[in-house]
Amino acid sequence: MHKNLGMAAASAVWILASTAQAERSADGQVNVIYWQAPSIMNPYLSGGTKDLEAASLVVEPLARYDETGAIVPWLVDDVPTVENGGVADDLTSITWVLSEGLMWSDGSPVTSEDVKFSWEYCTADGGGCAQVEKYGGITGIETPDERTVVVNFDGPKPFPYTAFVGAQSPILQKAQFMNCLGAKAPECTQENFYPIGTGPFVVDDFRTNDVVLLSANPNYRDPSKPAFASLLLKGGGGAEAAGRAVLETSEFDYAWNLQLAPDVLAGMEAAGNGKVVSTFGTLVERIMINLTDPSAEHGARRATVDHPHPVLTDKAVRQALSMAIDRALLVEIGYGDAGRVTCNVLPAPEIYASTANDACKAQDIAGANALLDAAGWIDSDGNGVRDKNGVELRLLFQTSTNAVRQDFQAVIKQWWSQIGVQTELRNIDASVFFGGDPGSPDTFQKFYADVEMYANNFDGTDPEAYMANWHCNQIPSPENQWQGNNMPRFCSDAYNALVSQMQRTGELEERAALAKAMNDMLMQDFVILPLVDRGRVSAHANTLGGVRLNIWDSELWNAADWYRKDTN
Amino acid sequence: MLTYTIRRLVLSVPTLLFIALVIFLLLELAPGDPMAQVPLTVPPEVKAQMREALGLGEPIHIRFWKWLVQFFWIEPQVLIDHVFGTSFSDGKLRVISWQHRSPVMDVVVERLPQTLWVVGTAYVVGVLIALPIGIYSAYRQYSVFDQAGTFVTMVGYSMPPFFTGPLVIFIFSVQLGWFPFIYDTTHRVTDWDSFIVQIKQMIMPVMVLALQTTAQISRYMRAAMLDNLGQDYVRTARAKGLSEGVVVMVHVLRNSMIPVVTVIALGMPAIFGGAIITEQVFSVNGIGAQLIGAIKANDLPTVQTLTFIFAVLIVAANLLADVLYGLLDPRIRYD
Repeated sequence: MHKNLGMAAASAVWILASTAQAERSADGQVNVIYWQAPSIMNPYLSGGTKDLEAASLVVEPLARYDETGAIVPWLVDDVPTVENGGVADDLTSITWVLSEGLMWSDGSPVTSEDVKFSWEYCTADGGGCAQVEKYGGITGIETPDERTVVVNFDGPKPFPYTAFVGAQSPILQKAQFMNCLGAKAPECTQENFYPIGTGPFVVDDFRTNDVVLLSANPNYRDPSKPAFASLLLKGGGGAEAAGRAVLETSEFDYAWNLQLAPDVLAGMEAAGNGKVVSTFGTLVERIMINLTDPSAEHGARRATVDHPHPVLTDKAVRQALSMAIDRALLVEIGYGDAGRVTCNVLPAPEIYASTANDACKAQDIAGANALLDAAGWIDSDGNGVRDKNGVELRLLFQTSTNAVRQDFQAVIKQWWSQIGVQTELRNIDASVFFGGDPGSPDTFQKFYADVEMYANNFDGTDPEAYMANWHCNQIPSPENQWQGNNMPRFCSDAYNALVSQMQRTGELEERAALAKAMNDMLMQDFVILPLVDRGRVSAHANTLGGVRLNIWDSELWNAADWYRKDTN
Repeated sequence: MLTYTIRRLVLSVPTLLFIALVIFLLLELAPGDPMAQVPLTVPPEVKAQMREALGLGEPIHIRFWKWLVQFFWIEPQVLIDHVFGTSFSDGKLRVISWQHRSPVMDVVVERLPQTLWVVGTAYVVGVLIALPIGIYSAYRQYSVFDQAGTFVTMVGYSMPPFFTGPLVIFIFSVQLGWFPFIYDTTHRVTDWDSFIVQIKQMIMPVMVLALQTTAQISRYMRAAMLDNLGQDYVRTARAKGLSEGVVVMVHVLRNSMIPVVTVIALGMPAIFGGAIITEQVFSVNGIGAQLIGAIKANDLPTVQTLTFIFAVLIVAANLLADVLYGLLDPRIRYD
């Protein structure tokens, strides 16, 4: 009896202690599993998401995106705007003021010199910095005092929040990296594996492509955080093993990016040890339509604007292809809760999402057939394939090798056969398809096929650069070594005008209207057929509190706020 | 014997150089791009600069020569420096991975322990189980034990680790909750309790791998024993009045071991090669996982270095097997 009483009292004390949470390192260790293992802790030397996210525990930007996509101050007190005077009226400079008393994990102060150095580091010749685009248009950075950073641009920059915002462009410590500029960057193994940062954790042990062991940063700016004394970031295995380790066996507390079949995930969650969380960003699985003729008879000029496509330049055909697709079914078979139907290539953030194209949500095979009949595409020889002027509706459909994409190909082929379009399927290994090797005939830029499917998105929340992808000057061709993002080879003066107008416009509402107009132009011309808005799915244990899944920045962006929850 | 060994060692040098060239050319000609995993949001010009920074712009023969120098000249210096505390290799460029921009050999050294622990233990366990099974199965051919042994080894041989791995995970981790299935490479064995933890996390991968080894080796052992049990010298030994134990365990076994030793020796390089699938299933992250990860990421320096190390080990294991023949069988002499 007395023993029970004692135990009850002890557990009461323990519960009080654990709910207080106002103490650094009070909650022991948190175990995180990334099935793609981090290979480097320096985001400037790797474009990989896994590396960016691991590094975000240690190195931080001046401001970052929260889970709603809003920019929040991180190492500064306020985000500079035109209203608060932080951004110059002519939009050619932005002034950041570091928070007072910031310290690196080694105890030295963070100064404006470090911020300036991060820019120099990424833009140094021969360094191969993966994030150099974030620093595009910067002509110079001034550091009038220890805490003030003035970034000057080569012209008006309506959206100046690219450099030093988000997980892609964090601040590095000058003292640590000053001998690692340019070609020497990759040789600094010690620095790249053990960067000194301002984040909630410090790297204790880094084993590339395997595991990262971190401990609480003793000099973190909030003395009561992080609640965990250490964080273990394990990599390797597959998405299924990662999901199982959190949801079924509770070996881990957090699992990243669980790209699993919807029923598999639901089965794991049923074990009751954890929760699956999902959120949506800008990643859209889409079909690109080739407006140029990929036929081999054109030799080196195949798939260039010299030779318009014999079939797909007819808008009625493109529209019919879109109408024949049942997007809701695609979501169901491929993504479940991690996907939703979209009729826009620009589905988010909220203010940029158009509602003008929602007709695509319902499949309309009869309507598609009627449209093709009206356009003069009829099956004149009775072989089940429509033709016109001796040209048959036969398409080559390519994508990267991937189970979900191949399922999609198979059902889409089936739907298209119902409107008299015969489809030949092809899949190419992802490392070749996305490889961008100008010598390979199989890249998605060369597009030696009639239609192709893949997913793409953009960093952060501003779609200016993304929408500029379909400018005429972005068409891949032999002249630019097949680089460029305009896969459909879409070219319209009206669209180009909207792109340049957006580059000059600063006001958010107007920018949103322009982006919507561009999206609608592409959608209503049916040169891109959006299929699925793909979300991010992760899982965390019931005992892990404070998780706010963020698709606009690193998923581990608020690891400082994570804590151990009492589930009783 | 010594001259034979030396002759073989000298001969292996051109063989290995040729292998190195073939591996290099194969990797070079294979399609793929180390930048393919970089997200599409990174523009093509930036990717081109990143490729340039990896040294991809240089002609093929220069890159091959650089790799040879780095692997055969600089890496041994690093080893010497490490052992004797000298500084021959200071400032010299080592074989650098394209994935993580750090020396490939450092990662190999970092990953060898878990591979040797798991795959090595599985091999030893497998062989230790296989030999008695093979011997007894042959001695009591067509008995219930032999039939059962044949059945189990056939099942073990035909079930791939990507099936048995998830199966044991499901039984022992998910249902029973006895063992963890994510291998913790940071775990250090310092006392009895941590040793038990290490055993627990090793049991499942070792079980899966040992099943394969056992199945294979016990079949070889059984066949070799059967060949010898019918020989005249066995009848002679029995006629001399030797006990069954001596006949089987001394006379027959020693003769039967010759082919089995070859199989065991040739299987040894595979230990260092790791177990690609099993390491992946249990997240052991040893050499096998490193190789497959490097292949996926088109990390040519890592793939080249690892495959070449395997080539060296296979050539060495062949030599070892040949030398062991001479020790086991007095009739074989290389002079």
